[in-house]
Amino acid sequence: MAETSPQNRAGERPATGPTRREVYEARVRRRSNRIALISTVSVVLAIVVLVPLAPGWDAVQRAFFNGRVFAATFPGLISAFLLNVMIFAWSAPLIAVTGLAIALCRDARAPALFPLRLFGVAYTDIFRGLPVVLVIYIIGFGVPGLGLPRPWNSPYIWGTLALVLVYSAYVAEVIRSGIDSIHQSQRSAAASLGLSDRDTMRFVVLPQAIRNVVPANMNLFIALQKDVALLSFIGPVEIFRQAGVFKSLYANFTPYVGAALIFLALTIPATRYSDYLMNKQNRART
Amino acid sequence: MKLFATTALAMTFAASSALAMGHGACAAGKTLTDGTLTIATGNPAYYPWVMNDAPESGEGFEAAVAYAIADKMGFDANDVTWVRTSFDEAIQPGAKNFDFNMQQYSITPEREEMVDFSLPYYTSAMAVLTTQSVIEAGAEATLASLKGLKWGAVATTTALPILNNLIQPESDPLLYNDNADVNAAIMAGQIDAALYDLPTALYLSAVVVEGGALLGQFPPAQSERPDQFGLLMEEGNPLKECVDAAISELTESGELAAIEAKWLAESTGVPVIE
Repeated sequence: MAETSPQNRAGERPATGPTRREVYEARVRRRSNRIALISTVSVVLAIVVLVPLAPGWDAVQRAFFNGRVFAATFPGLISAFLLNVMIFAWSAPLIAVTGLAIALCRDARAPALFPLRLFGVAYTDIFRGLPVVLVIYIIGFGVPGLGLPRPWNSPYIWGTLALVLVYSAYVAEVIRSGIDSIHQSQRSAAASLGLSDRDTMRFVVLPQAIRNVVPANMNLFIALQKDVALLSFIGPVEIFRQAGVFKSLYANFTPYVGAALIFLALTIPATRYSDYLMNKQNRART
Repeated sequence: MKLFATTALAMTFAASSALAMGHGACAAGKTLTDGTLTIATGNPAYYPWVMNDAPESGEGFEAAVAYAIADKMGFDANDVTWVRTSFDEAIQPGAKNFDFNMQQYSITPEREEMVDFSLPYYTSAMAVLTTQSVIEAGAEATLASLKGLKWGAVATTTALPILNNLIQPESDPLLYNDNADVNAAIMAGQIDAALYDLPTALYLSAVVVEGGALLGQFPPAQSERPDQFGLLMEEGNPLKECVDAAISELTESGELAAIEAKWLAESTGVPVIE
């Protein structure tokens, strides 16, 4: 792995002090930082000063940034958010496993397994093409409507299934792209070492493929984090529904802002982490 | 003779316009469009509040009340225009596209801080909608029995706080976007019962929900804060006093009760829950 950062090059030249080029670069860097700071501060100032000057600001502030409503509803939102976390926690592993299985179906190469391959294609085509809400409605109300007894008709079970179906289709495609990114020569090499097809997949292809698609899958899980809220359509009172209840109770949109803050508190670190992984991977490749 | 007729006609005209002036004076210049009263309702507007989703016909309880209020305020039926809004549009900050909004808004002190409500035009009993099979399974019209049921409600209505205060169910209620979703959950057996205002519940049990039944009702007199419907207006709307005057006039003259008797089904057949 070749390190190419300027500091390292400087480190290779001992004890002669900074070169003229380095002095120049440092000056340019300081100047850009200064400009960036000034422009950021002036944009923030402009927003902070100008927006409240708008004639409707008072009304908007009362409806969206109402401290009294915020204080009254925030604890309720936090406890509702626990349900989101729970649904996410049991959906995510199921999605990962199902997604992997579907990806392997699509990669089945033996002629006898062609139906499996067809199934994989149909599955990803259908569930990536359908709106999540529709799948949640059809499965969440439809399947229990067939006459299942309680507790087997619970919206939690069937809502989770809907999420798993849709998201595993996305995850399957991501994993498949990872599998495709492993060059054919590696499979040939594995075969020449006497590995079976199965072992080639398990010990050669998948370990590399999955590592390659970790950042892309992180993105999907951040999206899932938010789509868990769609389960509220079929009954569960998670944070978004709870915010809606508060909204209607107080005739005020502030609870949604509260819910957004709670979401951000989780998704921003997750996004940053996924960026970090992606950068790390890019560095490893160059 | 002709002169006499003309004079008489002129006098009648003058008298009637004076009368109209007397009524309309309050609302003059306070409406969105001068000379027109813009009323909002839901999209769609539900039976029995508005028949056939056509408020212009004046058929259905709320449509009829709207035209009666408009009349008392000095607006001709032709001077009434209808617009449609969701609940969220009604409470959004900024200019409104209606003079008042009428879609079974329950008056609550919390909402009153953000918007204005008129005097109530209807006080609703709450009713328990369930299915025949739940009743056969042993559900009764007693609080003890109701506590044990699995409940559902429409999330944006005041049915939820009433449910939590009055019945205090043992398991958390499931909440839905609208009536249709609650009904789907009842039919899928995911919930045993749902709480609605009585007119809506009567309609749903009779027409929409297969095997639907009303277990009982909570009459308004029984609750500390009965569910009262008011017209929703932008906060500080100067029209409020005119609307309130019209509604109290309708209430005192008994016209409101007559409209209610005409459009809302008789509710005495539903057992009262103690």
